[in-house]
Amino acid sequence: MSQSQPTQPSREPERADSVATPRRFPLRETVLFLGLLGVVLAVYAAMGSAYGTRMLVESACYAILALGLTIQWGYAGQFNAGVMGFVALGGFCAMFFSIPVNDAFWNSELPGELGLALLYMVGAIVLVVAASRLDRLGVPRRLRTIFAVVLGVVLYMLVISHFREVAGQIESQAGFIGGLNLPVWFGWIIGGALAGGVGYFIGHVCLGLRSDYLAIATIGIAEIIKAFLKNADWLTRGTATVSPLPWPVPGPSEVGFTLARALYLSVTAVIIAAIFFLLHRAYNAPWGRMIRAIRDNEVSAAAMGKDINKRRLEIFVLGCILMGIGGAVLASFNSIFDPQGYLPLNHTFLVLVMVILGGPGNNLGTIFGAVAVYIIWIMSGPLALSLMEWAANAGAGVFGWEVPTNLDSRALQARVFVIGLLISLVLRFAPKGMLPEKVRHHG
Amino acid sequence: MNELVFFINNVVIAGSVSGSIYAMGAVGVTLIFSIMRFAHFAHGDMMTFGAFMVLLLTTLFPQAGAAIGIPTPILLMPLAMALTAALAVGIDRTFYKPLRAHGVKPIVMVIASLGVTLMLQGLIRLFAGTGGSSLYVDDRKEIFRLPVPIESVRVPVVITEPQLYLFGLTILSVIGLHLFLSRSRLGKAMRAMSDNPDLAQASGINTNTIVAVTWMLAGGLAAIAGTLLSLDVTFKPDLSFFLLLPIFAAAIVGGVGHPFGAIAGGFVVGFAESLAVFNWSVLLRPFRDSLPEWLELPANLAFVGTEYKIVVPFFILVAILVWRPTGIFKGKVIT
Amino acid sequence: MPLLDARDVYGGYGGMNILNGVDMAIEATEVGVIVGPNGAGKSTMLKAIFGLLSVNQGEILLNGETIHNLPPNKLVQRGMGFVPQEHNVFPSMTVQENLEMGAYLKPDNIKRMLERVYEFFPPLKEKRHQPAGELSGGQRQMVAMGRALMPEPDLLLLDEPTAGLSPLYMNEIFERVKEVNAAGVGILMVEQNAKQALAIADKGFVLAAGQNRFTDTGAALLADPDVAKSFLGG
Repeated sequence: MSQSQPTQPSREPERADSVATPRRFPLRETVLFLGLLGVVLAVYAAMGSAYGTRMLVESACYAILALGLTIQWGYAGQFNAGVMGFVALGGFCAMFFSIPVNDAFWNSELPGELGLALLYMVGAIVLVVAASRLDRLGVPRRLRTIFAVVLGVVLYMLVISHFREVAGQIESQAGFIGGLNLPVWFGWIIGGALAGGVGYFIGHVCLGLRSDYLAIATIGIAEIIKAFLKNADWLTRGTATVSPLPWPVPGPSEVGFTLARALYLSVTAVIIAAIFFLLHRAYNAPWGRMIRAIRDNEVSAAAMGKDINKRRLEIFVLGCILMGIGGAVLASFNSIFDPQGYLPLNHTFLVLVMVILGGPGNNLGTIFGAVAVYIIWIMSGPLALSLMEWAANAGAGVFGWEVPTNLDSRALQARVFVIGLLISLVLRFAPKGMLPEKVRHHG
Repeated sequence: MNELVFFINNVVIAGSVSGSIYAMGAVGVTLIFSIMRFAHFAHGDMMTFGAFMVLLLTTLFPQAGAAIGIPTPILLMPLAMALTAALAVGIDRTFYKPLRAHGVKPIVMVIASLGVTLMLQGLIRLFAGTGGSSLYVDDRKEIFRLPVPIESVRVPVVITEPQLYLFGLTILSVIGLHLFLSRSRLGKAMRAMSDNPDLAQASGINTNTIVAVTWMLAGGLAAIAGTLLSLDVTFKPDLSFFLLLPIFAAAIVGGVGHPFGAIAGGFVVGFAESLAVFNWSVLLRPFRDSLPEWLELPANLAFVGTEYKIVVPFFILVAILVWRPTGIFKGKVIT
Repeated sequence: MPLLDARDVYGGYGGMNILNGVDMAIEATEVGVIVGPNGAGKSTMLKAIFGLLSVNQGEILLNGETIHNLPPNKLVQRGMGFVPQEHNVFPSMTVQENLEMGAYLKPDNIKRMLERVYEFFPPLKEKRHQPAGELSGGQRQMVAMGRALMPEPDLLLLDEPTAGLSPLYMNEIFERVKEVNAAGVGILMVEQNAKQALAIADKGFVLAAGQNRFTDTGAALLADPDVAKSFLGG
């Protein structure tokens, strides 16, 4: 079931092109990026520089997410359908580490109680793990299993109800536990690490199985992360949201919107450049050659004694780390942590479209896709609305319709449809994206 | 004894309701998987679409059911099933078939089905708005409160009319599916294709027919499940998102490609959910006085709060993938 | 007029030819056996006849009509049956359901042909309600042959029917093949167990490198010292 069977004539020119001379002039890239530059300038001209710069920063954040996904999907064929969860984790860390310390919490006896509750949790885990090893002391396996399960259930109940109590006290007495007032970049790094940790767990469970299972499991973990962040009021203030989040650069109140956003943009540009450089290095290093060997021919790579599952896990975790960092940078820029604002549509499918449109596995293409799709995305709202208003008014004039009142919320739904249609069209007519990844032949 | 009735209402009935819904969804997913070998993510939205069709039809003919004495939405459901089946076949022809013809990997089909999910969601919300609406336009939802014939019991067993229809239709669908798969020529051909597609083709079985029949079955069942779920609670365009994970968990628990396993899996997931969110403190309350002094009974003894209900199917999914990726039943399984 | 007549067949996967001009003809009353070293194109020839890969040059006639490059289901309708070497049953379906699937295009045959298949393969009758995946290798081969016989083919193609079977089962399968042939079905099979297979062959085809090397009666090939030395292991 290879994707590039020689019997498909439509792919032939593309193949010939992609295997061609290594040092041709990058005409396609140049044209596409020049076109993109033109569109960006048009947005600047039409909407003003503050708006334009905000759009650029946001698309840069999305580019980080998209790089994470292109590693997973383009390099290794892993489909992560839960980008949103990793983005939200990153956003949470950006919030938690950077916002000011909540004195109402730290000056009470609550930190001790919380610490104790967490300690109980660790203790319970240790006990259950110990119970599951009882068979080494000669306890029959079945008895051990029953004992471990019962112990687990009872301890879980005890710990969780104690924990609920402490959480409730925190919420009623101090609101939430507040932040740690650490530098912004610290939260970004931890955000990446945390997302990578969750990715490790999911990847460990799913990567040896059918590729669909990974998609299902990632959708699940994303929903769980969101449910947790939304409902753990003691930690995140839940639906009450946390804002403002500090910036690593001077904010708009100090230097004005355009300059502050431009400074932030330069930070994101540095991050992207660093990721780009490191990925490029890794891709051409022995590690990258191994990854490509696995992608091109899994069976023969396995026969050469390569530990495929370990490499795949590394790829998956790396992708998740980038998503966590991207989510953290995005949350800091928006200066608000709103767990309910994490939508599968914006934070998973939009990123997916960026990757498959730009060219899966092609880093430059992914960045192109991220910026281009993001511009289309935020411009399509007003466009769809004006189209619908026009249609509705025309309809009202000709057929005497009643114009629906909630047009703007419905216009937003049209974007959902368009994203779906875009996915279907790209998969069918340009499965390799605008900038197809070059398949080089290597020994 | 009041506590026991409480348990019946909150676990037995609630678990059977969600179990039936999940079962019907999981059967569709597993059938599609066994014939086309990919996880169909747009399945939840086919359910929503079915319910939406019922909503549309009921709004158009609100009094249709009164004539024969059954609720209008139930009466119009067969029509919605046909429409959903047609939609499913249409989606396959337009979006999946060209990809299949290209011989893409299953995971590309999964992504394509996500594209379809978004399109369906966008369309449904475009027309239905984002809020909820009741499928009972002209009728009234009947709620039966069955008193328990025991002296000390004051709480009645509560069951609603759509729940009764749901149980009845679930049983009918299971029997119908069994007869179809084991007796009819087409059903057997479907099993043959799921077992060994090449040999099925060499025996002269028409692949396109089987694919179309699979979509019709899955679409019809999805419409039933979506409609009855919407009758029981209310119709919402984002119904599907909360269904996707439990349905896939159910299909995998039952062993993918195993229709009756999927039904069992649906009930496993449904009951696990209602057991996990049940407040066990209620059942322990009668023994409160006999408990030792130091053991104070917390007011909330649920495994997870209802807001974390989604953790349950996920936990089941991960557990089954870790310990038995082929599902809890033996037999043919597609890996 | 021969039942099957393949003339100067070139074919293979994609544009590559594995068969380089093979001729093969058998009558309805005959058992034909294809033997030869690994990679000679034996199974490829069978698949080319059954439309599973493309014939790039030459022609194949069944009962005098050209059939090459017709899809398999059309060939089943025209009276050809094919038993693949592997994955040749529907494992989760019962023996009887497997057989019914064979007659999918001719449902009127089911009743009559079930009886006949059970006559050919009595062990299947006892196990008819058991899933085919639970049977032994030899019985599974019987199910596969039975399934291919259900639409009453004129010609039955068998791809290494005895591969992986014990000698006892091998002889049993060859016995059945002879019986089926005696009932009026032409047989063309590929075999690794060349000596035993040629012993029951009316016609033997020794292939090497995608070309005919020797073609004669089975007995004559067995007696030919050249064939024996090069292809039958001395």
